[in-house]
Amino acid sequence: MQVTMTVNGTGVTREVEPRLLLVHFLRDDLGLTGTHWGCDTSNCGTCVVWMDDEPVKSCTVLAAMADGHRIRTVEGLAQADGTLDPVQEGFMRCHGLQCGFCTPGMMMTARALLDRTPHPDEAEIRAAISGQICRCTGYATIVRSVQWAADHADGAATAGPPSADAEDLGHAGEARDAVPETTGEERHATAGSTS
Amino acid sequence: MTTVERPPTRRAEEIDNDQHPVGHGRMLRKEDPRFVRGRGRYTDDVRLPGMLHMAILRSPVAHARIVSVDTSAAEAHPGVRAVITGEALAAQGLAWMPTLSNDVQAVLATDKVRFQGQEVACVVADDRYAARDALELIDVEYDILPPVVDARHALDADAPVIRDDLEGKADNHCFDWEAGDAAATDAVFADADVVVSQDVVYPRVHPAPMETCGCVADFDPVEGRLTLWSTSQAPHAHRTLYALVAGLPEHKIRVISPDIGGGFGNKVPIYPGYVCAIVGSLLTGKPVKWMEDRSENLTSTGFARDYIMRGEIAATKDGKILALRTNVLADHGAFNGTAAPVKYPAGFFGVFTGSYDLKAAYCHMTAVYTNKAPGGVAYACSFRITEAVYLVERLVSRLAAELGQDPARLRLANFIRPDQFPYATPTGWVYDSGDYAATLREAMRIAGYDDLRAEQARRRERGELMGIGVSTFTEAVGAGPRKHMDILGLGMADGCDLRVHPTGKAVVRLSVQSQGQGHETTFAQIVGEELGISPDDIDVVHGDTDNTPFGLGTYGSRSTPVSGAAAALVARKVRDKARVIASAMLEVAPDDLEWVKGSFQVAGDPGRSVTIQEIAMRAHGAGDLPEGVEGSLDAQITYNPPNLTYPNGAYICVVDVDPGTAQVRVRRFVAVDDCGTRINPMIIEGQVHGGLADGLGMALMEIIAFDPEGNCLGGSLMDYLIPTALETPDWETGFTVTPSPHHPIGAKGVGESATVGSPAAIVNAVIDALAPYGITGLDMPLTPSRVWEAMQGHPTPPI
Repeated sequence: MQVTMTVNGTGVTREVEPRLLLVHFLRDDLGLTGTHWGCDTSNCGTCVVWMDDEPVKSCTVLAAMADGHRIRTVEGLAQADGTLDPVQEGFMRCHGLQCGFCTPGMMMTARALLDRTPHPDEAEIRAAISGQICRCTGYATIVRSVQWAADHADGAATAGPPSADAEDLGHAGEARDAVPETTGEERHATAGSTS
Repeated sequence: MTTVERPPTRRAEEIDNDQHPVGHGRMLRKEDPRFVRGRGRYTDDVRLPGMLHMAILRSPVAHARIVSVDTSAAEAHPGVRAVITGEALAAQGLAWMPTLSNDVQAVLATDKVRFQGQEVACVVADDRYAARDALELIDVEYDILPPVVDARHALDADAPVIRDDLEGKADNHCFDWEAGDAAATDAVFADADVVVSQDVVYPRVHPAPMETCGCVADFDPVEGRLTLWSTSQAPHAHRTLYALVAGLPEHKIRVISPDIGGGFGNKVPIYPGYVCAIVGSLLTGKPVKWMEDRSENLTSTGFARDYIMRGEIAATKDGKILALRTNVLADHGAFNGTAAPVKYPAGFFGVFTGSYDLKAAYCHMTAVYTNKAPGGVAYACSFRITEAVYLVERLVSRLAAELGQDPARLRLANFIRPDQFPYATPTGWVYDSGDYAATLREAMRIAGYDDLRAEQARRRERGELMGIGVSTFTEAVGAGPRKHMDILGLGMADGCDLRVHPTGKAVVRLSVQSQGQGHETTFAQIVGEELGISPDDIDVVHGDTDNTPFGLGTYGSRSTPVSGAAAALVARKVRDKARVIASAMLEVAPDDLEWVKGSFQVAGDPGRSVTIQEIAMRAHGAGDLPEGVEGSLDAQITYNPPNLTYPNGAYICVVDVDPGTAQVRVRRFVAVDDCGTRINPMIIEGQVHGGLADGLGMALMEIIAFDPEGNCLGGSLMDYLIPTALETPDWETGFTVTPSPHHPIGAKGVGESATVGSPAAIVNAVIDALAPYGITGLDMPLTPSRVWEAMQGHPTPPI
């Protein structure tokens, strides 16, 4: 079947199996590998993306169900010019991540929370991310990261999908079929420090 | 300029950070910019041209003879490229593989299945959905056998023999092991005023990293070369084992561990899936990806713990601890897949004497096979020190309760004193350094311990159930030395290469592999500190056997104790080379130069100096170099640690138990850790936080249980509960610093400390809260139903 949706501001039409999960559509068909998969049972939240303006667990949404909707992934969190969302900045500054696997989902939920509740208290932050699991951080630094983003909403990137180029679905729109080498040099080609 | 973030600021942290402004300090992580953009590169992100997908058919039952495997319908599926059975592997001699404990494990079952979830066959197909579809088409006929589920009955005379694949095997005995002096210990016990005994169960739990295990195997039939992207904490050791298992020449195998979504020990073993994917690629000539799903991860990969322990503690009537004695029944599952140094079948459980100065100690352990998944050393356990610390800390708190003494003050009275280091324990370990009393006093200060006890007394009068739990621990991390410690003959040492480019930028190559620990930052800081250059100018390469030196990998908190030492020493080698070149540049003798953070100065003449960058350019530049100096500053080293490092900590937990529902809430948790020199306090605290959450999970909710038929009851994250942001408190951390005397920069490991130390603090707190009910012992996990049963006087063991 054919599905048409907007992903990070760009229209996408693809032929898919009716049973294809949204997480696999994003990762395998579109190459947007920032969204992760961790459990299959809607418990871990590494797969959280936005459908319209609502965080959803993309392992339990069919690509067909996303037809006609707006999807936003971690690749669409920063502005088109690369300016990071305050949530992204906050996670780096407050050590809100270690292995990085739950991070995209956590950040998407955090952004949705802050759009609705610009100054959440600790309990509201904890409740917002309570459907997601992090094995590394023990959550306290994630809470601090979100608080940092709330405290720095002005002067940094603002909410809302970036105005991505027509062909650009985010970085992995470059969707390489080629071998992803993982030598140190290439790893760090994108990973400078953030002073 | 190095990025240094200071909040939250405490004076002690400022001092700690400012000691080493160039390298060490609260530097933001170099890896984070890619992770927050969704640009991490994990194994499942690898896509190769023509890549196929593999799925594994697993046993639905715990114990059965395989009568037949019919793959014809699966092979007829249009998307299927290959179906592999145990029989097919047996024809190639690949049906069995060695485990990390010198046992063997079935890659795909041939004769019997021995646990629910065991690998029986696999399908290689065009996409992951087709591969799954085809699994449904494989018809396996099983002849069901009675399973051995309860380890307590594994050695019964009529127990079914699980390992009849082992020649002459007539029972389910795995091994026996002992440590300490039994006779000396018995003698102390016989004369002691007080003996307290306690049954303690540490149930089976699972590391459950957020990223499951998987790989992409790409065999190039022309070059005869295998490239394997895999979720491996030990890529070099895995490469050697693949060479031994598959018969491929080792120089034709490249193992790449890209970004790893958490390991916690789960990604140390070689799993059948990796071997099957390699075989799939050999058969099809295409790259083959295998990613297990969450149920496969929970039911078939390395579990942790599963120790049934009885501990005894002997003391004087005024609370001087004299001796410890313990007997352990260890459930190792169907194959002994323990990932521990070969001479240590019980891991480092021998450090069960903890932080106390004892006259004697003795442990005896019997390990058995059961019809459960293999594993045993995983989940940030420091080679079984989790179990050891949990046992001794439960016993010491129980002793304090029996004597009517405060558990913190009883510990203070029994600690090994600073002047006793190096301290040889009754079970043969030599602790390097520590000031245990200072660490516990710092935890008591942060917690406001005396005020908490006063509050507890007030609440008790009102019928409220507030508990305060104390746990202190000594860890043993950083395996080797290689003469005592090896994995299947591979000595536990680690290499490090350091290249300094002409402009003074550097690349350091490690044999260890991060699973989130922040190696790209910490190791850049270590080298930066030694060379006096910014960590931002140092790139860290790891996780690729073609581009890094050999070493045993990251587990058991060994990266900083072993590879961290290697990184510091290789940088000092570079500095030694630089000194000779600098002496030529400044026309003085090498001995007349002083190293002053990033440059060599002529002693007594600070105006005459050259920077490390200038020296690096000279090393590669035109013109003659001093005699005997090669044309670079590059250096390499293999570090064989002289001893383990022994971090320690003191944890205090405050819980409230709801008298109506038996729900346990962790209100506060104070963790004071001493891991020696602190390289990046932010990363250390992060690791401590994570370990505390793990400990809370094990104490309150995590368990891999089985029903009497051997069905796994923890096979999804709906059944295997992991703490969320709602159950975890805002951790309070502190530190003391007692450097390791034998580590080049005094650092000790810390990655597992909190997982080791925290469960006992939480359980001791709950037992303390329930003292009004006369409760003196409780086993994890402390779920509301199990606590409720205990409050009603009918506790049930978890297994």
